[in-house]
Amino acid sequence: MTSIILVVATRLVFPLMLMFSLFLLLRGHDAPGGGFVGGLMAASAFALYAFATSVTRARDALRRSTFRLIGVGLLFAFVSGLPGLFAGSPFLKALWTSAELPVIGKLSSVLLFDTGVLLVVVGVTLTIVFAMAEADEEEEE
Amino acid sequence: MEVALAVVIGALYAAGLYMMLRRSMVKLIAGLVLLGYASNLLIFVVSRLTRARPPLVPEGAQGIAEPFADPVPQALILTAIVIGFGLQAFALVLVRRAYQAVNNDDLDQVTASDRPDLQR
Amino acid sequence: MLPILIPFLMAILSIINWGNRVLHRFLALAGSVGLLFAALALLTTVSEQGILSSNIGDWPAPYGIVLVADLPGAIMVLMAAIVGLAVLVYSTACMDEACERFGYYPLILILLMGMCGAFLTGDLFNLYVWFEIMLIASFALLALGGSRAQLEGSVKYFALNLLVSAFFLTGIGFLYGMTGSLNMAALAQALRAAGPEQPVTTVAIFFMIAFGIKAAMFPLYFWLPASYHTPPVPVSAIFAGLLTKVGVYAMIRVFTLLFVQDTEWTHGLLLAGAALTMLSGVLGAVARREIRRILSFNIISHIGYIVLGLALYRPLALAGAWLYMIHHVIVMATLFLVSGIVQRVGGSFRLARLGGLYQGHPGLALLFLLPALALSGVPPLSGFWPKLVLLQAMLQDGLWLVAATALLVSLLTLFSMMRIWVGAFWSQAPQNVATPGPLANVERRMLYGPVLALTALTIAISVFAGPAFELTQRAAQQLLDPQQYIVAVLGESP
Repeated sequence: MTSIILVVATRLVFPLMLMFSLFLLLRGHDAPGGGFVGGLMAASAFALYAFATSVTRARDALRRSTFRLIGVGLLFAFVSGLPGLFAGSPFLKALWTSAELPVIGKLSSVLLFDTGVLLVVVGVTLTIVFAMAEADEEEEE
Repeated sequence: MEVALAVVIGALYAAGLYMMLRRSMVKLIAGLVLLGYASNLLIFVVSRLTRARPPLVPEGAQGIAEPFADPVPQALILTAIVIGFGLQAFALVLVRRAYQAVNNDDLDQVTASDRPDLQR
Repeated sequence: MLPILIPFLMAILSIINWGNRVLHRFLALAGSVGLLFAALALLTTVSEQGILSSNIGDWPAPYGIVLVADLPGAIMVLMAAIVGLAVLVYSTACMDEACERFGYYPLILILLMGMCGAFLTGDLFNLYVWFEIMLIASFALLALGGSRAQLEGSVKYFALNLLVSAFFLTGIGFLYGMTGSLNMAALAQALRAAGPEQPVTTVAIFFMIAFGIKAAMFPLYFWLPASYHTPPVPVSAIFAGLLTKVGVYAMIRVFTLLFVQDTEWTHGLLLAGAALTMLSGVLGAVARREIRRILSFNIISHIGYIVLGLALYRPLALAGAWLYMIHHVIVMATLFLVSGIVQRVGGSFRLARLGGLYQGHPGLALLFLLPALALSGVPPLSGFWPKLVLLQAMLQDGLWLVAATALLVSLLTLFSMMRIWVGAFWSQAPQNVATPGPLANVERRMLYGPVLALTALTIAISVFAGPAFELTQRAAQQLLDPQQYIVAVLGESP
């Protein structure tokens, strides 16, 4: 069952939600926000898309398998810990570069870690949501 | 506020334990969820409550004025909630599968692993 | 640090390449070999230089999360690495395709990572997190395959373990409320300074219950024999060898480092619990007729021995307990793996349907007999020495009744193991039972190789019991002298 209102609204809201997720991620270091909420926001965008169309369409829109998202996210987090290790201090030591970039602010290993968190959260949440929604769709058929 | 929260925590523990002692599998999970909430709330309360004082350094300031809310228990609870979320999602799937296998919600029927005649 | 990172990296790579079974196998084996080397390196460093500690993210000790490697922890990491490698080699031969596709290897790697984390962490909440990581991996492993018995076993295991988490979390909450810290070294200081008005013992009981369920102590063990015999054999083996030991390890850690205010009461309770655990476990084992169920009950009774060492709370007993732990991890994993081979060649786990295996497989019979005798503590095998040490410690304290129980339990263990031996190997083969086809050559090597290696290790521990005991004695000294631990974590000035 799909309602036209939901479909039209989703088309408008979906990109906005993704933008907002990115905003939350970048804002995260000194203000409330960060990878976790950003990831939840992005995941809910895809979940909304799945409800408005179908799980298969949402999977296509995601383009990658959810497992791969989790894996890549974990890899990001893992790699973000390495520079500290090579610089002679313990694992996960936060390192900051002095380069100021527009919008993003200071580039740091923390940002990489947060991006990893975002990807993992999106992956895990969507794995669960898709699995449950697919079970539902099967039962309806 | 502390007293009210203490009562709530006690009620949550009691309700969770009561649900766990029922015979239904779904109620078992619900009970475990309530128990998890109770312990999260407990961590929140034992670290003393501070109102409207987020542990964030305001822009331009060097530090924050006392008293401010203790950030550690909040981080602990966040972690515990996330972990609990994952576990509960898994629990639901598991119970659903178990329900399909046993075809019964009654925990007293869940005895196959103790009866060799029902195994391979 | 490395023992956690290596399995983590391999697990990540396997998740990225989800569904590629060959690559999964390769990554898992590479990961466990790497883990083994890292663990060996860690153990030698720790035994030479004393306790190491590393602050994650470089946040100073009482605020950030600390990883601490002392001798007891490093020994356990090595055990985890050894058993992990053996189980992974074994499972390349006997896991079916469906399990492998559902991520069997990444899950084992995550489980190993969780264990190493739990052995090395110096922060109570971090310990909780590692516990949950292990839990999630172990739930998934337990339910993998999805037969009815397995699902039911996992429901029980699951419910009990969520309850553990709630207890553990509640205990952590109270501790934080009392002391304002969760760093174990800082907690050790704060709790030693705590006055009698603080409810330290009450909190201790929370932890005792939580870890008691995890470690399958009396009267909280009933979930273990209901679930451990249901999953595929390698999973049983890694659970039996390591998972309950993590509970015991955590118990020993908190009851030597943190809760030593009222030893008469808490450790007295532990002593009674340990004695009853031994007795009830072995009685359960004697009453069963299925190999893996007998073994499950034997795990419980031997957990009792280890906790006994903690309850006595003296250097000799703790050293004995640690030696027992090493021996038990290896022997239990071996026995479960052997039971898998028995099932493969004999077609069943039930003694009534087995028999006469000695004729066709004398080597297998020997491989079962050796660890079985070691488990029951027949001299001069590895189980004998820690039992001797524990007995000495008990007699020094004049605990005749407990000592008598321990001896009786050894005897009954021997009886239950001999029942498997007679039922599966020595007796007449039953009629009309179809036996599966013979093993392929590669399969045989993959199945027997790890078992042979672990058995050789058991024998090595028996032969070199002296040096091994020396090592565990030093471990016990570190456990009983928290000052070393505190200084290593927090620095010189208290």
